[in-house]
Amino acid sequence: MGILDVKGVGKRFGGLQALGDVNLSVAENSVHAIIGPNGAGKSTLLNCLVGKLIPDTGSVMFDGQSVLGRKPYEINQMGISRVFQTPEIFGDLTVMENMLIPCFAKRDGAFTPNAYAAMRKDTEMLDRAGHMLEEMNMADKRHMHAASLSRGDKRRLEIGMCLSQEPRLLLLDEPTAGMARADTNNTIDLLKQIKDDRDITIAIIEHDMHVVFSLAERITVLAQGTPLVEDTPDKIKGHPKVREAYLGESQDAA
Amino acid sequence: MFGLEAKDFRLLLLVALLTMAAPFILNPFPVDSGMAQFNAGYPDLMQRFVIFGIFAIGFNILFGLTGYLSFGHAAFLGVGSYAAMWMMKLLTMNVIPGILVSVVVAGIFSLAVGWISLRRSGIYFSILTLAFAQMSYSLAYSVLTPITGGETGLQPKVTDPRILDAALTGNAPKANLFGLEMGSSTDLVMGGWVFTFNVGYYVAAVVMIFAFYMSIRIFRSPFGMMLRAVKSNQQRLNYTGLNAKPYTLAAFVISGMYAGLAGGLMVAMDTQVGAERMFWTASGEVVLMSILGGVGTLIGPVLGAGAIKYMENILSKINKDILYEWFAFLPDGLQDFVITLVYPFIGKGWHLTLGLIFMAVVIFLPGGLVEGGQRIAAMFKRKKPSDNTPDGKTTPAE
Ligand SMILES: Nc1ncnc2c1ncn2[C@@H]1O[C@H](COP(=O)(O)OP(=O)(O)OP(=O)(O)O)[C@@H](O)[C@H]1O
Ligand SMILES: [Mg+2]
Repeated sequence: MGILDVKGVGKRFGGLQALGDVNLSVAENSVHAIIGPNGAGKSTLLNCLVGKLIPDTGSVMFDGQSVLGRKPYEINQMGISRVFQTPEIFGDLTVMENMLIPCFAKRDGAFTPNAYAAMRKDTEMLDRAGHMLEEMNMADKRHMHAASLSRGDKRRLEIGMCLSQEPRLLLLDEPTAGMARADTNNTIDLLKQIKDDRDITIAIIEHDMHVVFSLAERITVLAQGTPLVEDTPDKIKGHPKVREAYLGESQDAA
Repeated sequence: MFGLEAKDFRLLLLVALLTMAAPFILNPFPVDSGMAQFNAGYPDLMQRFVIFGIFAIGFNILFGLTGYLSFGHAAFLGVGSYAAMWMMKLLTMNVIPGILVSVVVAGIFSLAVGWISLRRSGIYFSILTLAFAQMSYSLAYSVLTPITGGETGLQPKVTDPRILDAALTGNAPKANLFGLEMGSSTDLVMGGWVFTFNVGYYVAAVVMIFAFYMSIRIFRSPFGMMLRAVKSNQQRLNYTGLNAKPYTLAAFVISGMYAGLAGGLMVAMDTQVGAERMFWTASGEVVLMSILGGVGTLIGPVLGAGAIKYMENILSKINKDILYEWFAFLPDGLQDFVITLVYPFIGKGWHLTLGLIFMAVVIFLPGGLVEGGQRIAAMFKRKKPSDNTPDGKTTPAE
């Protein structure tokens, strides 16, 4: 039993079986990577975990509770935060406000009609958001419009926003997609540090093998909607089925 | 002060001072001068300034913060008006119960309309609100005639029950605040100038200042931040554990209550109501006010409401004779030519002028009149670099 248990999950889009029969268990406080070729169903699987999609079959249990049929905000309140493939932040708001919103969501829940409370007097929230910005090395950018941040900073901010909710499970969908090597390495360091600093489970979808092998403790390989193998990074690296199906190398060339 | 940042408190103070001094400020020209027709300081128009200011302030809480564009807010204004009117018929000609009940009734009605309309977003939301408002308008005109007076509308009558008031002795009932009649005015004559102080205006003005204060509180609250987050990125909001629906619904109801308040005040001022108050053009007008003044800014909607009501009442009064007077200095042929050019933009043509100004603002000043003001202020600031305004963010509490 892991913190996240996926059993027999299937999802069909019209004639396309995007997910076949996915079984997956993510152990608490581990970093678990999901890799697979384009169209393997990785994002679809993630969407089934956070309430964006409802699977046709199977069950998804988080910490012993089913997430199926719950709204995205409810699943988030259970302790699952998600980082998107392209950073999703509040572009019209300042960096500080971006950080404040998840802090309020954590403390006050999904809806609080505190229309008469003065935000600038809520020192508890201001401090918490301020600390998180410092941890993300973004304190100097607090008054900037989030939309004007660089792509790397947007990603940092989004990760920081998710962390400020103190989630038990952090889901990342290709967090380094489209990033330059330097930004990618920064993100790896950031994620490593996050892992060292707190009790958190991380599930990461990634194309970049460098990222996967620097972070993951376990790897699941997904191909055509079904998990092919699940093992440690060392074993995955040498696995013939993986090399063939995913890494795209024929055996004789290797 | 009052729980506001120094910067916001200064704005509130400025608005309060300007509204209190409005009878002076809006009558800058002596009564006998040719410019007197540009004076806006008469009770009827001043009341409209502040009442539509309230309407626009409330509308801006929905449209400016959440980005949901309602095309049916006149319905809430109308419902508020009817509710206030019935209080005047059944309870008392004192305006207090009417104003309070108009807010409550409009709040309940907007809860129902918002509950359904907010199932959709974008253009579909706008269409749903428009449909609701037009339905309300038609109902008020036809089926609901016993409640709304249909085409003739409603007015307080001597024969109404009015259980809280003493029996009237044949005089037409007058709206009042504990005996102080809304219609009563005092004129102050100073040289060639006449300034009119009207009870109704000051009642409405005090309500508007309070409404403005509440809107500042909402803008600066965590709730207000969440509303802006709804506009910015609903996807992120949902995946951050926040339920966008009750936030938008609350904003919808608050803005509906502001509209109801405006409707109640209208009845308090002129003691009459008709269904045309709910017509879709009235809903469209408040959209124009918000955009013209500056969507999502604190003071913008009030400016927009003022600008539109000024044009509607002042520009529309200019006629051909007045133009002939103005351009009398030109030679005959040229005079006729200039007047032919100008004439379409005045009198009934004021809508044309409004349309042109509106287009110019949207294209050149997307932030509305507020952005215009900021640009002018920035120009002056560049000339005087020593004059740096302190950042309100660093001011200590209270
Ligand atoms: N909403 C949808 N409707 C129809 N088909 C979909 C939908 N979402 C995904 N698919 C299809 O399902 C399959 C799996 O898609 P998915 O996005 O999960 O792949 P992926 O593993 O994330 O790929 P990539 O590495 O390119 O991100 C693809 O063939 C895709 O076209
Ligand atoms: Mg994907």
